[in-house]
Amino acid sequence: MSDQRNINLLFTALGGLVLLFIIAPLAGLFFSTSPGNIIETSADPEVQRSIWLTLMTSMAATLCFAIAAIPLAYLLAKRNFRFKRLVLGIIDLPIVIPHSAAGIAILGFISRDSAVGQFASMFGLNLVGHPIGISLAMAFVSIPFLMNAARDGFANVPIRLEKAALNLGASPLRVFFTISLPLAWRNIISGLIMMFARGMSEFGAVIIVAYHPMITPVLIYERFGAFGLKYARPVSVIFIVVALIFFIALRLLSKENKNAGNQKNN
Amino acid sequence: MLEIKKITKIYKEFAIKDFSINVEKGDYFMILGVSGAGKSLLLELIAGLIKPDSGTIIFEGEDITNKNIHHRKIGLLFQDYAIFPHLSVKDNIAYPLRLKKLSSAERNKRVSEYAEKASISHLIHRDPSTLSGGELQRVSLARILAMEPDCLLLDEPLSSLDVQLKEGLRTLLRKLNREGLTIIHITHDFEETISLANRLAVIHDGTIVQQGTPKEVFQYPGNEFVAKMTGIKNFFKTKLIKEPPDNNATALINENIKINLLSEEQNCEGHILIRRRDIIISESKLQSSACNNFEGIITETIPQNTGIEVIIDIGVKFFVLLTELSFEELKLGEGKKVWISFKASSVRFIKN
Repeated sequence: MSDQRNINLLFTALGGLVLLFIIAPLAGLFFSTSPGNIIETSADPEVQRSIWLTLMTSMAATLCFAIAAIPLAYLLAKRNFRFKRLVLGIIDLPIVIPHSAAGIAILGFISRDSAVGQFASMFGLNLVGHPIGISLAMAFVSIPFLMNAARDGFANVPIRLEKAALNLGASPLRVFFTISLPLAWRNIISGLIMMFARGMSEFGAVIIVAYHPMITPVLIYERFGAFGLKYARPVSVIFIVVALIFFIALRLLSKENKNAGNQKNN
Repeated sequence: MLEIKKITKIYKEFAIKDFSINVEKGDYFMILGVSGAGKSLLLELIAGLIKPDSGTIIFEGEDITNKNIHHRKIGLLFQDYAIFPHLSVKDNIAYPLRLKKLSSAERNKRVSEYAEKASISHLIHRDPSTLSGGELQRVSLARILAMEPDCLLLDEPLSSLDVQLKEGLRTLLRKLNREGLTIIHITHDFEETISLANRLAVIHDGTIVQQGTPKEVFQYPGNEFVAKMTGIKNFFKTKLIKEPPDNNATALINENIKINLLSEEQNCEGHILIRRRDIIISESKLQSSACNNFEGIITETIPQNTGIEVIIDIGVKFFVLLTELSFEELKLGEGKKVWISFKASSVRFIKN
């Protein structure tokens, strides 16, 4: 009994250190920035524009790629096919490669010389230095979060429920939309939030594709480089608060969604 | 209506081998077998959840062996109910109705009708997670009826229900069958089979060992497995009558053979079962506590592992199991007149 208590104490102490490691720098950042400074910075149009741009590009990346990523996650969860393991490996690739290298790869993919770049220029678009380019860079590094969460969600949907729906006369597409998708929704929402949050915080890949227009992580870097820590701090605080507000609000919304993932599975 | 020809399927640890049955329209066809005999696999093959390795399934004259599940119109009531947990009871029942182009008023009307049929009108707005096993099963049944199947497949629907719910569901299934719905029902319970089936097949190790009417299979088991599985040969369709003034129960076979028994059921139809070993054979009428005494003629004697089976015709055929010693002492043989006796308490009545 006392051994168990000692282990609990040891683990709590170690866990506390980890939590402190996360909280201490953030708390330091908040406490070393005056409210006046934060209010002044938040009125800065450049800061406002960059936060707006960051939110919009990440949101667009998440929603656009979800349309194709969710069906692929379904296939990966429910079907067996050749090279499935290879596909799974490819999906996790953006997590392991350095994001600056990912930025270089994306830049090559969307530059004016590439097929994609040439296609975009037919519509008068230059994806480099464009919000679309930023979205693509964000999507590249953040899509594994959505894919993996959605795949887990679909894998948890009992195949018997899908077969019962087919037996009742529903087409496979209808079964996907009325059974599989609603039952996997909790995981998918969680994946969407993670993808959105990860895209929003991306710096390495985005700075290579688009220094301008400036997303907030690039703006923070620029203010730090040009003016120093004091000027980078208020932008950082504001951006962290915005990110947290979105993160918490989306989490709460997803919890309110009625979902079968946590219900009795019959 | 449904013809299964030489179906073979090896699936995980289960297998169906060279399986053939023929189910007529309006049949209540039961498939009787012990756990692991491949019964559920068979239903999944008929419903199209899995495809056979070989063989053919013909339904209403059409080869449906490779037809997609959602085009078959064969409803499967899953043993684990398969209720959609994210939908209310109402939306579960409405699920197949949404596939038809019905107005919302018409759809609601039909949901109410099917809920009433399954006696779950009071549960219509409930969340499935708040329902008991018996209630979930009725929701599942209402939902499958809402698809208006041409044939209904039941996977051990009574196995997890208590006695009262079992009786209610049996009555409902019998009613549906009388209304013309063809039912294929799998079970491991021979009483269930007696109570519901008009035809049955006994399945063992993925193959059919015998099929026919309940009378054919129970009275004349084709082999030892069937005999052990069914365990009963004295099996007769009867009318139960409670006679005043003392309200004693009597079962009437063929309108002329009266069997005394103990039963709390009131006047109704059903079957009686008497174990072979509970019947005594004597040369003359016994003076004993056994109140069922009949004179008959031995028509057949069959040596068995456990003794000798003697078949005695008293207007209907009774099967009696004796030791070789008793058989020899009584000098029994075909054509000899004997008396049979058994107690009212050894007669078991199963209501239809």
